Amino acid sequence: MRHSIFSLFRQATRGHRGWAPTWRDAAPKVAYEAIIVGGGGHGLATAYYLAKVHGMRNVAVLEKSGIGLGNAGRNTTIIRSNYLLPGNIPFYEFSLKLWEGLEQELNYNTMVSQRGVLNLCHSDAQRDAFVRRGNAMRLHGVDAELLDAAAVRRMLPMLDFDNARFPIRGGLLQRRGGTARHDAVVWGYARAASALGVDVVQHCEVTGFLRAGDRVVGVETTRGPIRARRVGLAVAGSTSSLTRLAGLRVPIETHVLQAFVSEALKPLIPGVVTFGAGHFYISQSDKGSLVFGGDLDGYNSHAQRGNLPTVEDVCESGVALMPMLGRVRLLRSWGGLMDMTMDGSPIIDHTPLPGLYLNAGWCYGGFKATPASGWCFARLIAEDEPHEAARAYRLDRFATGHLIDEKGQGAQPNLH
Amino acid sequence: MRIPCPFCGERDSSEFTYLGEEIRRPAPDQPEAAAEFFQFVYLRKDPAGPHEELWYHERGCCSWLCVRRDTRTHEILAARLARQREPASS
Repeated sequence: MRHSIFSLFRQATRGHRGWAPTWRDAAPKVAYEAIIVGGGGHGLATAYYLAKVHGMRNVAVLEKSGIGLGNAGRNTTIIRSNYLLPGNIPFYEFSLKLWEGLEQELNYNTMVSQRGVLNLCHSDAQRDAFVRRGNAMRLHGVDAELLDAAAVRRMLPMLDFDNARFPIRGGLLQRRGGTARHDAVVWGYARAASALGVDVVQHCEVTGFLRAGDRVVGVETTRGPIRARRVGLAVAGSTSSLTRLAGLRVPIETHVLQAFVSEALKPLIPGVVTFGAGHFYISQSDKGSLVFGGDLDGYNSHAQRGNLPTVEDVCESGVALMPMLGRVRLLRSWGGLMDMTMDGSPIIDHTPLPGLYLNAGWCYGGFKATPASGWCFARLIAEDEPHEAARAYRLDRFATGHLIDEKGQGAQPNLH
Repeated sequence: MRIPCPFCGERDSSEFTYLGEEIRRPAPDQPEAAAEFFQFVYLRKDPAGPHEELWYHERGCCSWLCVRRDTRTHEILAARLARQREPASS
């Protein structure tokens, strides 16, 4: 069923009883051309682009619980491409361009809202670094705008500009950045992939790999063995657990990152704002809640929940930036599992085992990458060739020394 | 999370600094040293379950601890002083 103003009107006059299920909840077949493990945004996007761009329709997405219940449902929904390094900018800009056309592409309202992403700077050195980053972005055709303190004050008068320790000197603004609705992204890709013949199989956990010598020829699951010529892993948060089943060790640690949402307020923050003196980022959802997050808890965790010292730390950063936050009540907090690579950049590559492909290591930046990650991973699986924009995301870059150290740190920086 | 420091007793985890998986540094004078250092620096076991890791009691006795902790529940299973470990075999 195609969504449009007419279908909405038709359903409205019939009590909304005629809507079809958004996607087919498929049972697994015995064999596929390709299997994507992981029914989050990245896995579903990969399956969609395999079917759409590469004409590969005999594809299954295997998800151990329900789709979108892992990190796709645990992020802070920010989209942006304000990166510095040549390996990163083209990829994230490609992703942002796909976001810009995503709703038309999927015929689904993913609520992409380009409300702007503003990184604040608090010292001359930080402003110099932002000038450099902004220039790098503009050289790659990405929009970037340097704001002085007065311009930031006009946009966000509630910030603590004259803080004695971290005064706000200005900021780097990407107007095309913003937010999207995370669940709708998952549902939209599932619906579009399903319509092209992809099987979205839920409650089907991969417990092992079928091998023919070195080659991976399928997976063992809780719903029986499934064979496939190509198997792609898009399971950020569980990458080390799954690759261990294939006998691989990866340069990844799994950490927990917490995020928070407040009670609903009247419109306050127009876009996304990040604090440059701590790790804190905040935006306001369409319902009015403030959505914010900060740093990792800082130790390996597969628990999907964090501890109180980090809650305190994030809220301290928030209040340092926006003192009025001290009066706001928190509604919920949650934790997601971050695939932290040792340089802070992702991996989209072959594995040493033929037939097994890896999409992993998204650290805390996976959501904004969803469309391009799916596009590039589909290209790798279908053509056995990396996409130009993701060519730097090699698994062996740690052995060869070609790290992409955007932030200059990985899972835990040993800065003590 | 509270970590039972053998010297100070059970203390809040915010007094400690985390280093990560307990791995011994390989000897630099072996023929395979480059490959072993790659593994030492970059590759991790990262289990979903009991994990052997190093914590530093920075705001306490300044000892390094070997802690066994379940990464699924954050339960601390054991803690001992790192200096009481067996010496590295290689």
